[in-house]
Amino acid sequence: MNRFSRFTAWLALLPFLLYLLVFLVAPTLTVMVGAFQENGRFTLVNVQALFSGTVLHVLRTSLILSAVSALVGAVLGAFLTYLVATRPATSAFRRVVTAVSGVLAQFGGVPLAFAFIATLGFSGVVTEALRSTLGVDIFGSGWLFGLPGLILVYSYFQIPLMVIVFLPALDGIRPQWREAAVNLGASTWQYWRRVAGPMLLPAFLGSALLLFANAFAAYATAAVLVSQGQPILPLLIRSALTSEVVLGRQNLAFALAFEMVVVVAVVMTLYSLLVRRTSRWLR
Amino acid sequence: MRTESLTWRVVRAVSLVAFGIFFLVPLLSMVDFSTRVINGGGRTLTPWANLFRDEMLRTSIIFSLLLALLTTLLMLVLLVPTMIWVRLRVPAASKLVEYLCLLPLTIPPLVIVVGIANVYAWVSYLFGNSPLTLTFAYVILVLPYAYRSIDSALASINVVTLAEAARSLGAGWTTVIVRVVLPNIWAGVISAAFVSVALVLGEFTFASLLNFQTMPYVIGLLGKSDAPTSVAASLAALLFASLLLVLLSFVGRRTRTSKGA
Repeated sequence: MNRFSRFTAWLALLPFLLYLLVFLVAPTLTVMVGAFQENGRFTLVNVQALFSGTVLHVLRTSLILSAVSALVGAVLGAFLTYLVATRPATSAFRRVVTAVSGVLAQFGGVPLAFAFIATLGFSGVVTEALRSTLGVDIFGSGWLFGLPGLILVYSYFQIPLMVIVFLPALDGIRPQWREAAVNLGASTWQYWRRVAGPMLLPAFLGSALLLFANAFAAYATAAVLVSQGQPILPLLIRSALTSEVVLGRQNLAFALAFEMVVVVAVVMTLYSLLVRRTSRWLR
Repeated sequence: MRTESLTWRVVRAVSLVAFGIFFLVPLLSMVDFSTRVINGGGRTLTPWANLFRDEMLRTSIIFSLLLALLTTLLMLVLLVPTMIWVRLRVPAASKLVEYLCLLPLTIPPLVIVVGIANVYAWVSYLFGNSPLTLTFAYVILVLPYAYRSIDSALASINVVTLAEAARSLGAGWTTVIVRVVLPNIWAGVISAAFVSVALVLGEFTFASLLNFQTMPYVIGLLGKSDAPTSVAASLAALLFASLLLVLLSFVGRRTRTSKGA
């Protein structure tokens, strides 16, 4: 290939590269740069605002929500994955669970919020059933619309997501390894403690990090469920963006979004390191 | 195969029932909530009929379907020729294209929305203020998923040999891409299309913050005025997405058998 035809070959990629430049790279750079600006001048005001009491509190709640829902999702999801993985690959049970997991993990968002309002909201089905039969009011002071409710609702998409991302790792565990361990006189506990556990740990931690990032970035469910107050970072960004009372909070939104990028970037870096470590074992 | 102990079988059954309750109760509650008469007994299908009667909801459903169609088309036009071209002529660019395509996975959609105001000022200047302009942003969102399915389809065939054969028979590059390579990666393209449709139909972040009335946005809005209808719409959307993803799994299965043959 001569130099001219190599040049024209690259030229054909231009539409694709330009498109991504305009709709992906430019918005991200706007956020990065905007976080350090106010009225077109460089300043650290908005970055400093990230360390104010309110924002720190919201960040803390966001981190707790992501961590707890990732932990619940990872542990329960791994257990469900194990129940699925021990069935033959062609069984109807396994197909149904993986298909349903795909829908629930991908398609959460708005429908999910309403599913839980219909179940545990003030006139939710379970709420009313318990109210009329046992006289217990589980709606209480509206916990569904606060942090505990968000953790519960997030688990509803975190567990299926765990099934999807963790199943390949569990499938990579060969039955022969267990047979070998048993032949050498290992008990079930010893097999899990010394063979399968260490082998699966990187994959488990990696999946848990992915769940964390997923919860941290999630917006739709919380936006529909929580209409008052801004308990988590995405909702604080919403109020900074749509605030009509206080002018010039756009750059605060940039700074908050920047903070989000930093957290997700750290998590995803750890994730890719763990995945690299896992892929060495499971092939 | 070991015989399973009784304890383990009990543990398995009990946990499966628990998982079943956790995942089924909210779905069944949606059915119940959307069909009962408030302050009285009996059943009603009014909220479900509203899905077709409510003017705003109907418009939003049409917008969302059009968006899904446009996003899928634009994604295919942008991505498929580029990916084939990279394999054929500029393998040096393959890492760059892969990195760019997977990048949206690590940047939360919310962050893109926050930064996209300037870009969208130009978009609405050029294309007007229609919800359909969301297509441009949605292509970015579906990119990682579409890239993966098309990439795995391309990996399963020998693109370079196919192209060389066609070229030596006198075919131009357009013919090579459209008539030789494309039919061979059809299953991957279809599955990329299905994922895009499902993602666009459920997308809320962009629509709500840019104030475009797509289906999820209107469902969210309805929750404030007419809870039963919003629940009915949510369940309908969920069922529709399930149907799409079930179809998707059939497409995936056909790829595997054709590869094995």
